[in-house]
This record gives sequence, structure tokens and C-alpha cells, in this order.
Amino acid sequence: MVELLEQSLSWLPGNAVILTVIIVKILVIVLPLMGAVAYLTLAERKVIGYIQVRIGPNRVGPRGLLQPIADAVKLLMKETILPSNANRFLFLLGPVLALAPALAAWAVIPFDEGWVLADVNAGLLYILAMTSMGVYGVIIAGWASNSKYAFLGALRSAAQIVSYEIAMGFAIVGVLLAGGSLNIGEIVTAQQGSFIHWFWLPLLPLFFIYFISGVAETNRAPFDVAEGESEIVAGFHVEYSAMTFSVFFLAEYANMILVAMLAALMFLGGWLSPFEGIPGLETLFSWVPGIVWLLAKCAFFCFLYLWFRATFPRYRYDQIMRLGWKVFIPITIVWLMVVGGLVVAEAGPWFD
Amino acid sequence: MKVITDYLKSLILIELFKGMALTGKYLFKKKITVQYPEEKTPLSPRFRGLHALRRYPNGEERCIACKLCEAVCPALAITIESEQRADGSRRTKRYDIDLTKCIFCGFCEESCPVDSIVETHIFEYHGEERGDLYMTKEKLLAIGDKYEKEIAANRAADARYR
Repeated sequence: MVELLEQSLSWLPGNAVILTVIIVKILVIVLPLMGAVAYLTLAERKVIGYIQVRIGPNRVGPRGLLQPIADAVKLLMKETILPSNANRFLFLLGPVLALAPALAAWAVIPFDEGWVLADVNAGLLYILAMTSMGVYGVIIAGWASNSKYAFLGALRSAAQIVSYEIAMGFAIVGVLLAGGSLNIGEIVTAQQGSFIHWFWLPLLPLFFIYFISGVAETNRAPFDVAEGESEIVAGFHVEYSAMTFSVFFLAEYANMILVAMLAALMFLGGWLSPFEGIPGLETLFSWVPGIVWLLAKCAFFCFLYLWFRATFPRYRYDQIMRLGWKVFIPITIVWLMVVGGLVVAEAGPWFD
Repeated sequence: MKVITDYLKSLILIELFKGMALTGKYLFKKKITVQYPEEKTPLSPRFRGLHALRRYPNGEERCIACKLCEAVCPALAITIESEQRADGSRRTKRYDIDLTKCIFCGFCEESCPVDSIVETHIFEYHGEERGDLYMTKEKLLAIGDKYEKEIAANRAADARYR
């Protein structure tokens, strides 16, 4: 398909062709991602509604399916209010700084064997860098709003993300040890075999810690003290309205999907079929393209996000810090030793 | 010993999984939402909604202007003025209920010796102007005439318990 595109653009100068191809690839990733974000908000309201024995939004379109579009149109039409004493430049820069890294990180995500925008060798490192950049959007938004609630939210968010970054980084180091590469595509191919060969088994504690840290990193319930609607109104985005507000929302949900996608890639074998190595089922499901498995796994983790939010009450702030520093970091360090031992011993079906 | 088992329990997240199992079960439960304009919950015959003044089957208004309802009304929402009619019977000249004051306690209906003032099953009504919720004798009688069948049926259903 890329060749076809390149051929049809051959009248353009060489660099322009490359640029156009890259832009088309970016659009192919970003547009479905935005759609996924929109429908994740609907899924969230529906799933939480169902868990609370309600039926959720069902008025706009059949079964409420047009609700996200109605929400988007509403937010587009509203007025963007600039608080009178806010720092205008930073106030408007905040949402952009939150969204840009959330989208940029998708560059190194492979959707199937070789389906990746940038096949970078330091993919995981790049992801780690990009997800940490997201916190600047929150901090700048909180500071520029010139509101105490926004400022408190920004401080909380900054402290929380910095703490959980460490545990998350260690969990990723475990994956790196096991996969022997920072390239996400190579990490997935290292998991080939069957679903027992996937890294969730040897890295089980790291898997849990990675996902819980991911929930904390994206400021989602039960770690949503940065928003804390019962304590500090809406945290860092109290002063934001209309599109600036919805950009924060886009960033949050894009980050959620990113963390879910990474969990699927690093621990659940990415685009590999779960029936690999099972004699009858393997051939029965061999026609399913890899991206379907990847999206299914990603959807499962997204559902977990919503399930968590409907189940757990918000953590107290000091408990969040305790969990991050005194529980997760020691466990990850211990398990890194175990993984190191397993790799050296070439143990099990994973490292031989 | 207990400290160690508690610590291990918290490490394997058993309590969290229990909580998620519970909410997961509710995900598949039958939903209890009543989608209001299309679906409605059943109403008791005792439901206390919009007020009405009733008439006897021969068309004579029931109210004898005894003013018991005016006296019992805790919100002072009822105003009555009486006069002697040409045939010598005492009737109301004015019978007003201010629905913006009314608390729908049903005392007026309970106090009425002739079952004239009643609270009906109607709860979907509105006023578009300030005076619209100030019910006069004419408005109340009109409601009574319009819904007499339902009102009588509801009183009959509840008669055993009065």
C-alpha cells in the first residue's frame, strides 16, 4: 500500500514524497486514535453505568452511539474563557503540551509485524521520555491558571507522576531484560511460542506494577487526586473550558489507550495469537490478522481502567506515596534480580 | 503471624480482586433504570398530586365551605370565602389553592367531611406564567370534572383503609 502511494506521488520531488507518505501514515494512526478516544468516553459512561445497575447514555443516536459526537460538538461551540489574571501564553500552551507527547508516543507503537511509523531501536526509552513529558502540560496548566485549586492539582499530579515513573521504569527494565531489546517489535517477537511464552508469566509482579503505575501515571481513578473532584473541584483543569478542556480530555484518554497498548505489547504478546502452539485452534484462527489480537488485548486493558474506576475509592495522598515508594520500588528491584537470574539460567520456555 | 498473613494477603491483592468480582457481577445484572417519558413506575391509589374539587353525580358541587381544609393546611395555601346561595345553602364564593405554597401533605383531603377537595394521581402539570399555579375554584372544579372517573376509582380502591 505504501508503494502504491509512493508511485502515485512520483511526480513530486523525492523529499516531498517521503514527507507525504509520513504524513499519511501519521493520519492513519492519529485519526482512528481520536475516534477510539471519543468512543472510550462513551464506553466509560456505559460500563460504569452498567456496573451501577443503570443503562448509561442512550438518547443521542441508537443506544447512545452518537453521544461522543454530540459532546464534541458542544465543546467546540462553547467559549474558551481566559481567566483575567492567567498567564495567557502558558495557559494556552498547557493543553498542547499535554496532548503532544500523548500523540507523539504512538510513533514507535507497532500494530503488527513491521506496521510501525518509526522503527526506533530505543523505542521503550522514547516512550518513557514521552509519557514523562505529559506532566509538563499539567504543571504548566495548573500554574498558569492562577487558581489555588489548579495549582494544588498540578503539584499533586507532578509528585505522583514522578513517583510512579520510577516503578514504571523498573517494570520496563524487567521487560528489557527479558526481551533483550528496547525495540518494541523485537520485544513482541521475543514472546513468540504460545501464550505461556508471553512475558506476563515470568514478569507477573512487574506486569501488575506496570499497569497499576500506568493507572497512576494517567491520573485515573483510584489515583485521580490531581483531579480530585470532591477535594479540589477539578484540579489542574478547573479554569479550562471548551476546546482547551477537551484537549486535556483527549490527552488523558490517549494516554490511557497508550498505557493499555504498551501493556498488551510488553506482557501479553502484542499481535501474537493466543492460540499459537495449540494444535487445533492455531490453524482454526490463523486467518485472524495480528492487529485484531493486539486491539482486543488493548481493549481488555482499557476495560480494566473503567472497571477500576467503578470499583475502587480514591487513594489518600500519603497512601499513594507509600504505595509508590515503599511497595512498588522494592518489589520491582527484587523481581529484577529474579528476572536476571532466570535470564542467566536460560530458564523455562521464555529465555532458552 | 497475623501480621505476616495480612502482609501476604495485601501483596496478592486478594481484597481488590474480591471488590472487582463484586462490581463485575453487577455489570451483568438486570438494569433498574426506568426511562421516564416512555416508561413509568406504577402509582398508588393514595398518590397525592394535583388538587381537584369534586361534584355529586347530580352535578351539585360537594364543597359546603366548612373551611376545615383551610384551618388544617400547614402551609396556609388555601383561601376560602363563603356566601349564602339563593336556595339558602352555604357555598364557597372563592376557593383558592396556591400550589407554590402547597406541600402536598394531603391533610385537606383527610379533613374534608364531604370528600370534596381531593389530591389526584396527576403529577405532570406545569405553569408557564406566575399565576398559573394559583388554582382557583373554577380551575379546581374543571380538573375534578375532567378526571372524576379516575378520582372515584382511586377513592374506591383505598376505601377499605380509610
